[in-house]
Amino acid sequence: MLAAAVIIFREVLEAALIIGILAAATRGLPHSKRWLTSGVIVGLLGAGIVAAFTDVIGEWASGVGQELFNAVVLGIAVLMLAWHNIWMSSHGAVLAANAKNVGKSIRDGASECSILLIIVGLAVLREGSETVLFLYGISASENSDQSSMLLGGMAGLFAGVAVGFIMYKGLLRIPLRWFFTATGILVLLLAAGMASQAAHFLIQADMLPSLAAPLWDTSMLLSESSITGMLLHSLVGYDSQPAGMQVIFYLIAFILIASGMKWIGRIPQRAKT
Amino acid sequence: MKNILFITLLLPLSVWAADYTIVIKDHKFIPAELTIPAETKIKLRVDNQDPTPEEFESYSLNREKIISGRRKATIFIGPLAPGRYEFFGEFNPKTAQGVIIAK
Repeated sequence: MLAAAVIIFREVLEAALIIGILAAATRGLPHSKRWLTSGVIVGLLGAGIVAAFTDVIGEWASGVGQELFNAVVLGIAVLMLAWHNIWMSSHGAVLAANAKNVGKSIRDGASECSILLIIVGLAVLREGSETVLFLYGISASENSDQSSMLLGGMAGLFAGVAVGFIMYKGLLRIPLRWFFTATGILVLLLAAGMASQAAHFLIQADMLPSLAAPLWDTSMLLSESSITGMLLHSLVGYDSQPAGMQVIFYLIAFILIASGMKWIGRIPQRAKT
Repeated sequence: MKNILFITLLLPLSVWAADYTIVIKDHKFIPAELTIPAETKIKLRVDNQDPTPEEFESYSLNREKIISGRRKATIFIGPLAPGRYEFFGEFNPKTAQGVIIAK
């Protein structure tokens, strides 16, 4: 039962944290909650479809379809998070100034909302499809402790969602002055971590050289199977034994998005003076 | 010329890697211990003979791959420094445990 709880918790955690951070980061944006909820629903449907077609996807590209699929999904998520963050760095100031009544003052709010839907949808799809397969495995086997495993799975699901919710509530306590800077940094780290994961799948597919594998080994210090390790893996892309190429992807994504935020963020200030 | 270069870049980097096979049966890896040459890239074929899906996962090898019930999958591993590399089946971690030894 505990094993099932841990497995589901791990899968749910990453998506829940992404949703929690984005729900906070888009506070004051009209209808953002509705778009987030739609993202979850679309993601769950997608997860079911991806799980059902695991074999078909796996056979693409002479057997490395699963890796390519994951890398592409992660790559799109990185681009969307980058867009979101750069967009927020030019509108965050407005949102912070009058958090209650911005509605019509934000011109391209609608495109930002559809970006939200895509980010959340992809996160749920990726993590959800594994959960679906795991649950299918339980229900298909003639295991005697089926019901206790399903119960464990439910516990893991609730625990994961709870962490996401705590993240959201915790972020909302940050004073408005610092708020969008804080969520901006969190989203930046999420995106960089995903870029590193995308590299991980491309290395596994043998389409990228690993360049030193691993570059370092901190598994004795902080294992990825520990709760702290899991949290850091989901939040900042912590990897106890990363390949050199993963670190390069991480740094490139980090630098590109950070410079984009800085560059765009300067424009409205200059216009004011 | 440019196209040929591009296609070459897309090809797997090691088409000629040596083959090894591990079978999954009753949520266990057989053999649970596999010795491979160090500093060489190998192609690990994982043959899942159970009706249920399994995820081959290893932190030290930096690999994770889902293998559906009654399916086979290929995972490229290495080149590895000499040592022990543990892996497990994420969906059945209690029984599905194994180790790759690079010598």
